[in-house]
Amino acid sequence: MSKTLNVLLAGFGGQGILFAGKTIAYSGLMDNKEISWLPSYGPEMRGGTCNCSVVISEESIGSPLVTQPDVLIAMNLPSLDKFVDAVVPGGTILVDSSMISKKVERTDVNVYYIDATKIADERGLKGCAIIILVGKMFKEVGFCTKEALDKGIQKVIPAKKAAMLGLNQEALKIGMES
Amino acid sequence: MAEKVLMKGNEALAEAAIQCGCKHYFGYPITPQTEIAAYMSKRLPKEGGVFLQAESEVAAINMVLGATAAGVRSMTSSSSPGVSLKSEGVSYIAGSDLPALIINVQRGGPGLGGIQPSQSDYWQATKALGHGDFQMFVLAPSTIQEMVDFVPLAFEVGEKYRVPSMILSDGMLGQMMEPVEFPEKKDTAIAEKPWATNGHQNKRPKNIVNSLYIEPEVLENLVKERYERYEKIKAEEQRAEEFMTEDAEIVIVAFGASSRVARSAIKTAREEGIKVGMVRPITLWPFPEKAIEKTIPTAKKYLCVEMNMGQMVDDVRLVVNGRKPVEFFGRTGGVIPTPAEVLDQIRALAGKEM
Amino acid sequence: MAVVFEKTKALTDVPFHYCPGCTHGIVHRLVAEVLDELGVVGQTVGVASVGCSVFSYNYFNCDMVQAAHGRAPAVATGIKRAVPENVVFTYQGDGDLAAIGMAETVHAATRGENITVIFINNAIYGMTGGQMAPTSLPGQITQTSPYGRDTATAGHPIRVCELLSTLSGTALAQRVTVDSVKNVNIAKKAIKKGFQNQIDKKGYSIIEVVSTCPTNWGLTPEESMKWLRENMLEYYPLGVYKDIDAEGGDK
Repeated sequence: MSKTLNVLLAGFGGQGILFAGKTIAYSGLMDNKEISWLPSYGPEMRGGTCNCSVVISEESIGSPLVTQPDVLIAMNLPSLDKFVDAVVPGGTILVDSSMISKKVERTDVNVYYIDATKIADERGLKGCAIIILVGKMFKEVGFCTKEALDKGIQKVIPAKKAAMLGLNQEALKIGMES
Repeated sequence: MAEKVLMKGNEALAEAAIQCGCKHYFGYPITPQTEIAAYMSKRLPKEGGVFLQAESEVAAINMVLGATAAGVRSMTSSSSPGVSLKSEGVSYIAGSDLPALIINVQRGGPGLGGIQPSQSDYWQATKALGHGDFQMFVLAPSTIQEMVDFVPLAFEVGEKYRVPSMILSDGMLGQMMEPVEFPEKKDTAIAEKPWATNGHQNKRPKNIVNSLYIEPEVLENLVKERYERYEKIKAEEQRAEEFMTEDAEIVIVAFGASSRVARSAIKTAREEGIKVGMVRPITLWPFPEKAIEKTIPTAKKYLCVEMNMGQMVDDVRLVVNGRKPVEFFGRTGGVIPTPAEVLDQIRALAGKEM
Repeated sequence: MAVVFEKTKALTDVPFHYCPGCTHGIVHRLVAEVLDELGVVGQTVGVASVGCSVFSYNYFNCDMVQAAHGRAPAVATGIKRAVPENVVFTYQGDGDLAAIGMAETVHAATRGENITVIFINNAIYGMTGGQMAPTSLPGQITQTSPYGRDTATAGHPIRVCELLSTLSGTALAQRVTVDSVKNVNIAKKAIKKGFQNQIDKKGYSIIEVVSTCPTNWGLTPEESMKWLRENMLEYYPLGVYKDIDAEGGDK
């Protein structure tokens, strides 16, 4: 990983975009990196499009708004269409192919298609599709150490929702193995 | 050192206020600052404090006036349209020589404007939030850590000089999360308040908190006395960060969110060999004239980067006073400039100049 | 020698600036006597509002805050919430309380804010020179209703006690006047109850005093009292509109 990794997660409200962003951010924090997490906010939170910028860096972070992502996680077609050209050459795009049938035409980026929503639904991990993509992102980009990721996912789930931890850990594992 | 936690700017600011003894919060919902009120409503009852959702911004600021007159640390928070409504109360607070903390998590304007981040209330905060001759102590954080650190500072300076303080934040800083740590030592010095209207208990002369003076000469003298305090604040409380300015030929001046964008652009420009640096005003009032003045010897050009149509640039021009050209680049309406846009500006200035 | 009259200690020695025949002086004195009798002057904070009574911060011998026009209930809320042991009262006129400050008034009442409100209703803006107030009577001639208040265009006067009596947070809403010894005594009793309610943490108490403004009504002090009795009291009947201590609570 270079000095700074810019990640953009985008999809519908309710797909766990902000939560997945927090998982990535907390994992980076566990490695003592500089972190910023910036959500889109406002009416779009409620069922409309939603996106989240996460920056993990070795040095202090300037703009927390990711306009040229190194990694894009796309959870619906409008998000992929909107951001596909912004990804830096050599960057990575993770696509939930349950939600997006279209293929990325660019050849200068690494694209991974995961049937995440379908897999999540089949395995009783409803709502964890994006975490499967985070697992895949970890495998392909290595944005933090494995230890930090394990700690990060624990940090981001509050004690009163402890039941969710196992499901998310399993989703991460599926992503890492796919 | 305390453990670093990831917190949203709005929540971190609220927690910092509670930790420095501000237990009286009065507010009204508005995006993008509502997390401050929500956080206060959750925490303050458990801290023996008061959270009150007022019927309006107007009422909220006047409740702050009452609470601060009674001698406690008190604050309110809002976003641009709501801050306009508070302007009456802020003028009364200033005219009554009361300290109080007002938070503005700015959004685009004018009118209802938008809800995305903006810096278009710079003039309002530094020149005229309300009628009459007065100033507020205005701090502009650029990180979540500063959202935390500036809260006790705003209270301390406000109480020392008996002036209202404002933290001028924006939707980006309010909504984003960064690692933050809270100071271990939680008790900050709360100044004695012999002027407080909290009942004289038949032990002292009565106190009056008032801003009405019918005799022009009396009012003039009071305003002049207040301006002597403003001069002291100007002399002693200017704050700015100087970033890569030692040899800077292009000096960017930017605060808050836009300074973060500028910082990214400066790093890239330096890699390209352009001698560019930044003065980042931390206090917007008093404006950090001294920090700007220091850059005059090396500077060939100044560039103000703001999320508005050009407001702070006026103050930069006043300091530079025609000695060097002062250019402006801004985006407004809730648009955050990109580092690439700012870099283009820097390259253009460097090309024109060098 | 026996003392037959003593000035209340809850008033300062500053001479009132009020016009002859204005009832502010009487009401100030009643409030001061009550504070004295309850022994709470030292813990009281009064809130002066914008209007003729704005200088009341010079007259009452307790700590005083001068509020922006209409905002006295909000300022009082801040004081009371900061130091609940304080006894906090507002002293407001009809323009302040029922026009520009109606939102603050209704919400302080509905929150059951533990404050005492002294409301002077003289059906006119006094300080600014006699403009139409929210409580000016139908047909009443003022500087801004020179042909008489036309309810078709200027609307109807607000009956504040009736309105506030509908709110659960209101502990006491009583309308009094001070045109006679008997009524002065009733007024004082009501004011005392309003402060006692606060000490007993019962909620928001408002005492509306139907008052005069001889200067802006263009009448002599004596004619003013007559006008008050013949016109004001018909539209604004005296009485207790809400008292949570009384059976049923309402009039």
